Parts: sequence; structure tokens; C-alpha cells
Amino acid sequence: MQSSKNSSSLWQTLFGHPIRAFGVVSLLLLILLAVAPAKNHFSEWRHYQNKYLSLIGNRSDAVTLQRHFHDHDGIQQIWLPQLGVVDRCTTCHTGLKEATLADVSAQPFRKHPAIPHTLDQFGCVMCHRGQGPATTVEEAHSSTLAWEQPILPARYVQSSCGQCHRAPLTGTPQLNLGRNLLSRYGCVHCHTIKLPDGTAMKPTDDPPSLEHVADKTTREWIYAWLKDPQAYAVTATMPNFKLSDPDARDISAFLIANSTPIAGDTAPLSKNEKAPDPTAGASLYGESFCASCHAVQNAAGNVVGGDVGPELTRVGNKVKPEWLQAWLHNPRIYDPGTAMPHYRFTDPQLSLLTAFLGNKTDSDLLANVHLDAATPEQIAHGKLLVTDYGCASCHEIGGIKKPDNFAPELTRIGSKPLTQILFLPGMTHAIPDYIAAKIRQPRSFGAALKMPQFTLAPAQIDALTTALLALTDRAQDMPRALTVPAKPPSNYQPAGRAGQLMSDLACFSCHAINGRGGDMAPDLTWEGSSVQRPWLQAFLKNPGTLRPALIRRMPRFNLSDGDAAELADYIMTVYQNPAFDRDSMPNSGYPPAQVEQGKQLFYSKYACQGCHIVDTKTDKGYVGPTLTQVGSRLNAAWIYHWLKDPQAMRSGTIEPNRNMNDEDARALTAFLMTQKGSGKQEAKK
Amino acid sequence: MFVCAGCTHTQGPAPAVAALKPTGFGSVLIESSGSKQIGPTGMVLAQPLVVQVNDEQGAAVTGALVEFSGPAEVSFDPASGLTDSSGQLSTNVALGGMAARYQLTARTLAKTQKPIDLKIEEIALGYQEQLGFQLDNKYCARCHSSESSAERVSNYDNLAVKPHPFAEGDTLNKMTDAELTSIISHGGPALNKSALMPPYGYTLSKSEIDALIAYIRLISDPPYRASGMVYAKP
Repeated sequence: MQSSKNSSSLWQTLFGHPIRAFGVVSLLLLILLAVAPAKNHFSEWRHYQNKYLSLIGNRSDAVTLQRHFHDHDGIQQIWLPQLGVVDRCTTCHTGLKEATLADVSAQPFRKHPAIPHTLDQFGCVMCHRGQGPATTVEEAHSSTLAWEQPILPARYVQSSCGQCHRAPLTGTPQLNLGRNLLSRYGCVHCHTIKLPDGTAMKPTDDPPSLEHVADKTTREWIYAWLKDPQAYAVTATMPNFKLSDPDARDISAFLIANSTPIAGDTAPLSKNEKAPDPTAGASLYGESFCASCHAVQNAAGNVVGGDVGPELTRVGNKVKPEWLQAWLHNPRIYDPGTAMPHYRFTDPQLSLLTAFLGNKTDSDLLANVHLDAATPEQIAHGKLLVTDYGCASCHEIGGIKKPDNFAPELTRIGSKPLTQILFLPGMTHAIPDYIAAKIRQPRSFGAALKMPQFTLAPAQIDALTTALLALTDRAQDMPRALTVPAKPPSNYQPAGRAGQLMSDLACFSCHAINGRGGDMAPDLTWEGSSVQRPWLQAFLKNPGTLRPALIRRMPRFNLSDGDAAELADYIMTVYQNPAFDRDSMPNSGYPPAQVEQGKQLFYSKYACQGCHIVDTKTDKGYVGPTLTQVGSRLNAAWIYHWLKDPQAMRSGTIEPNRNMNDEDARALTAFLMTQKGSGKQEAKK
Repeated sequence: MFVCAGCTHTQGPAPAVAALKPTGFGSVLIESSGSKQIGPTGMVLAQPLVVQVNDEQGAAVTGALVEFSGPAEVSFDPASGLTDSSGQLSTNVALGGMAARYQLTARTLAKTQKPIDLKIEEIALGYQEQLGFQLDNKYCARCHSSESSAERVSNYDNLAVKPHPFAEGDTLNKMTDAELTSIISHGGPALNKSALMPPYGYTLSKSEIDALIAYIRLISDPPYRASGMVYAKP
């Protein structure tokens, strides 16, 4: 009894009377039940929603904004099963779709900038990454134990476009640049990047073969180049391997010893006692438009010229004059695949140009390079180093096989698990930071690493990082139907003797035909429909200038009559636009009234003189080609169809489509066909 | 700054560089190059921003401390530093995520510890404005800009009626979006202006024309303010 009395008193001391106890327990239960609604009420997202309501409350469009909001309060979700997207970001980012919030810069209420996709179709994490289903700021934006991928910094956001879009987009210049650099700086020689379509990314830099390098240059130059490529040429894409002096000595010894000569790649220099006129060499360099492809650094330090071929600022330090003369004579003997055209220079021109380029030297470059004769041990060590550094990944080197997968594959680098990455102390633990640091200073991750130091501007590093961040699991596993593939590269090669000529002249280095070739000069896919044959043949013999303002022009190759005729025939026959017959309109004999009407239209209604010159006395337009002799250059049918739809004739041309009616187009064609030039053309025929 | 909760080496913002001790003091802070640049949001501007510290005589001051600052999302690399032997300090600027004009400040201290400020403006283009910028480069700038380069010679001086440069806010701010759309789509005569402005409505899409207008509005000087818009109190 005692104990029961005791226990009852304990009960009573704790809870008092059973009815009071019942009350206490009920209250506890009630409080417990209130935890969930309270958590909800005091949640982060509700806090932001309330802040949003007070933000829009004092705006003139408050009622509309409030109505939009109240249609969607509570936790919001965008669910796109096909893309694997469950995004609750719009729970806090409430103003994303409100056009009138353009002036609000406070997050999370900012209006989303205009982009070609809608939120409802793509959600948020497709582009911004982060954890979509999360409902707290921390979990959504940062890495957590269960979620590695934090939100993508804005500077790399274009990488997300690249997960679906393989072709370059106008709106993603940074991504396009990064992809371009991956190929142009030869990253993909060593690192394999497999694209979702199964192909591998290809390099575009064409590093020179080193099998015959002793014919071309000296061991001293190779040594200086290996030590610091950018000291020779600031635009060099060759990275710096940070070689020690003995290592550079041994590699240069091996490369020279390993080189085999080829017949005809050096030419005896003409014994000309009289020094060639330097101004004549400079003008030949100018007339041959070498600067369209080759750059030279001027006294002010600016690099002027194209980037198709190597920079020539100090070329005299590099090449042997005998080799240079043979190269200028016919570059295809030394390198059959070179982008350099085979100019038909005369012998005096060759020695002039050789002397001119040979004088482009920097006396400091090789002043301190003194190498003793190579020993067999040095050569053997050099070979070891060449294999070790994977030189043959980029360069052809006799007796050394191109290594497979020399460097880690980067196919899914954008989704690499953080646990597999060794971060540097002090570094943010995120993939973008890792990639950027690795590109900026590869050896900071370990002095023994082989990856060399590239010379890149900050914007180029960002662009490369962007391109690499696009290589994610999502990109690889995206259903094919949802991706936008790149146009497969064209391997178009014209046939027959004309085809050989076009390879020899390297037409594709500047012109594109049927999807293959460069963009420096006009696309020639429909050239046969466009031009008249006599003009074309005369132009190939002696290219004049159609656009006086252009610094890049077609060089004169000194073609023989036979070669020019062969090329003209091929172009006129093969490169015709199937959409119309080029002879369907006469090239002369239009009634004067129609010609006069065309002239009126040219100068008043269409104001063509803004961009083109017909009368050199009055017209000044410099944007389009000069039309003073267009009547002997182009076919009437081409002009007519061009006027009707310029972009259909040459995609991407900047001449606007005027939606011209037939009558106007015919009258303008008639007027333009009367512009036959000074008559020199006719005389030549 | 993102925190990696799963990692043991979690770091906050990069540790501040040991406080720099200025060895020189100037009286004037001038911009050397890199202001008024136009670049995409969030990205590093193409050219570094270079400022120079001079003394009363206009001579360059070496070792003066310069600090850069700007709105929350703008980052500078480096954010502060000492001027070099030519009195200059160079920094790479990445603008924020919002398409807007960014007012940046460079600050140095005079000997009296009085701060000397230099205001610098840069413009960040969003996706749409960036597209407009590229269209401007391709189609418009040859006539609308009087700046020539070796690659693109300006046609501005050759035109009998001079086109308006796109930054010319005094004229273009008075035109509505509808008017700009109309003159781009249908050419000069649509607004009783010169036929030298051709119509681009059959060449550019509606969204491309919108992008061009968004770009023109953003780079306008003086800045463009859309009519009728009410701004929230800060």
C-alpha cells in the first residue's frame, strides 16, 4: 500500500490530478502537432515569398503581380520527366517571369533575362545546375553530403547550352570560342573527348611533322623554342614544358639526329652579290597578301595579320634560307598537307622573298644559345624525354609511335565526382574552379605533372572551362531526339586535274565549297552560276580588287593560261546552283527605258549607292563590292535571283532581303548589266 | 562563394592577401584604359582595367595602394594592389549577372589619408543584348559606327545622310520600341527618313530585331529609361 501510495504521489507530483494530466498531455500533443505547420510557416521559402509580397506591394502594377503570385503561392515545382528535372526554384525565385520587374536587381526576385527557352519547357537546373528539388537556399545552391553539384557561376553558364547544342550558336560566343580553342590549341591530341554522337573531337592545329626538321631549322633554334616558345612568337600555341637546360639540350639533340632529309626541300641559293632591294621584298610580301594568313609583330608590339599560318616576326632566326627558298618555291614537297598555297613565284621573286623573310630576325633570341656537339647519351636521353612528354601525340616523329590516350579522357569531365579530385589548399571545392586552375597553371597541382603551361588570356581560360563544363553525364546521356547535333564536317574534294590544282593552290584555306573550307574569302559553292567565264579566267590570272577597303585579298599565283582555263572550266561547269539556269536572262541588250528605270530605283527607292559604287564620281559606298564592271563580271540571272533573295544565294550575306517585286528586280538587273567597266576586260578578250 | 559541406578542407572566401603597405601616395587617380567596355554578364571583360596614380606634378607614383570596388556581384582580380613603376595597376573585371551598367570605383589614399575616388563605368550584356551586339557587328556597325579597323572599314563618312550611332541616346531615347522596330524592319522611309537605311524585316527575325533594340537601349548614352515604368523604392 505504501508503495502504491508512493507511486500515486509521484504521479501526482509530476502531473497532478488525472484531469490536469490529461490536459498537460493534450497540450504537449497539440504543440507536437503544431511543429509541422510552424516549420512550414517559418520556412526559408515562405520568408522569401513574404519579402516578395512586400517588394511588389508598393509598385504601380502591384495588383497584377499579386494576382500572378497568388495563383502560385506555396511550394512550386517544374517537373519534366523526360529531362529528369524536378525544380522547386520558382518557390523563392518568384519574379522570374514578370516582365515588369526588369528594374529589380535584388535576388531572388529578379526577372529572368530573355533567352530562347522557357522555364516551363526546360526548368532551371538544366542550365544553372544545383539541386532542383531542394527547398532551402543552402541545399539548392551548394554542395551537400548528398549533392555534389553546386550552382554554376554565371560566367560559365553557356556551358549548359553545350549539353544539347553541338553546333555553334550565335548566342554562345564563349562556348564557341572554348570549343574552338580545344581543337586549335591541340588539347584533344592528348586528351580524348568523345562526343555524344560517338565521334571524337578533332584537333585543327596541324602541328608540323618533325621527321625532317633538320632540313628546316637549327638545333639552337629548337633549343630556344623548347625553352620558351612565346619568346620566339607571342602568338605561338605551343605550350611551355618548363624543361631544364639539359633536357632541352637532349631533346634538341635527339630531334636533329633523328631527322631524315627529303630530296628537294632545300634549294641552293642564287649567288647574287648585289643585296636584294628590301623595299621590293616588302612590296612582294604585301602584293602576295602573305599578311592574310601570317602575322608580324610591329614596333609597337601589336600583332598584325592573319592566324592561319605561323607568325613571322623572327622567322629569320628559325628557318634555314635554303629551306625557305625551296618552301616558297613549292611548300608541298616538305609538307603535302599544308594550308599554304603553292605560289608560282619566279626565281627573282623567290630570292627577293627569301632575303626579305630571312632579315626578320631578333639578334637576342639565339645570342646565348651555345650547344656542344651532341653525344650518343644525350640523344638517347632526348628520345626518352620525347616519349615521356608525349611529343608524338602532336608531332610526327620518326621511330616514335603516337601514344594512345596519353592524358586523361575528358568526355565526362563536367560531371567528375569531387571525391576523385585532388584540390589545392585554399581552393573552392567545385568542378569549375578545378578545371580553370588546371588550365591556368597545370603544374601547380604537382611539379612532376607532364601537362605543359599554355599561354592563355583570362577570357580564353574561361572559354575553355566553359567548353569542358559542357561535357557532362547529362550531355552524354541525353536522348538523341532532344539534342541539336552539329553539321557533320564535310570532306568534299573536287575531282580530276582541277581538283589537284585546287589542293595545290590551297583554295580551301580561304574559300568554302560544299561545306568544306575557310571563311576568309567568299563561298564558291555557286560560283559557276554567279560569274561570267571570261571574267573568271582573267581574275584567276590576275586577281583585281572587288572591295577596295579589304586588306585580305586574293593573291596572284602566277597561274599559267592552261591552269587558269582548267580551273575556270571546272568552276563554271560544276559549281552551279540548281535553282535556276544561269543563261535564262541575257547579259546585254536591255531596252533603254528599263535601264533608266533601274537606275532610278538604284539611286532613289533602294539607295544602293549607300553600300555600292557604280559611278566612281558620285558614289562612295564601301560595304559591298564595287559594281562598276558588274555587267561583265556577273550573270544577269544571278543578279536577278540575288536581288530577290540574297541569303538564298549565299547564306549569311549581309545584304538585306528587300522583298523586291519582279519588275524592280528586272529593271535593276538591266541597269547593272550595262555597267561593263572601262572596257579593258573586253579588250583583253 | 559555395561551401562544400562534405569536404573537410572547406574554405570560405579566399584569404585576404596580407595587407598591402603603400610605399607611395598620389594626388590624382586617372583611368589609363579598360573603362566603357561592353561584355557579357558574369564574364571577364576582354581588356583589363588599368588605372594610374599621379602626384601633383603629374608624375607617376609607384607603390600607391589602389582598391577596386563595385556592386555585389562584380569581381576584381586582383581587388587591390600597389602601382608598378609606371604608376599603374591592372585588374581583370568580371561583371555581375544582370544586364546593366555597372558603376565601379577605384580608390587610392592621399598622404593625408583622404580617399581619392575614380568612377568607372562598364556595361554587361545579357543573352539578348549580346545577340544584339553581334547583329550590330555584322549588319549595322559598318554604317552606324564611324570607327574603322583594318578588318572593317567604316562606311559612315561615305553616306550623304549620317546614320545615328547606337549609343546616341539624345536621339534614340526619344524613339519608342515600336518606332525602332519599324525603321529596322521597313527601312528609313517608314519614318520619313533616308532610304539609305534599308529594311531588314525580311532578313532578321522578330526576335533578332528585339535583341538589337535591347542592345541599343542598354548602351545608350545618356541611359535609356522606358516611359511609364515605375521604379521600386530601393
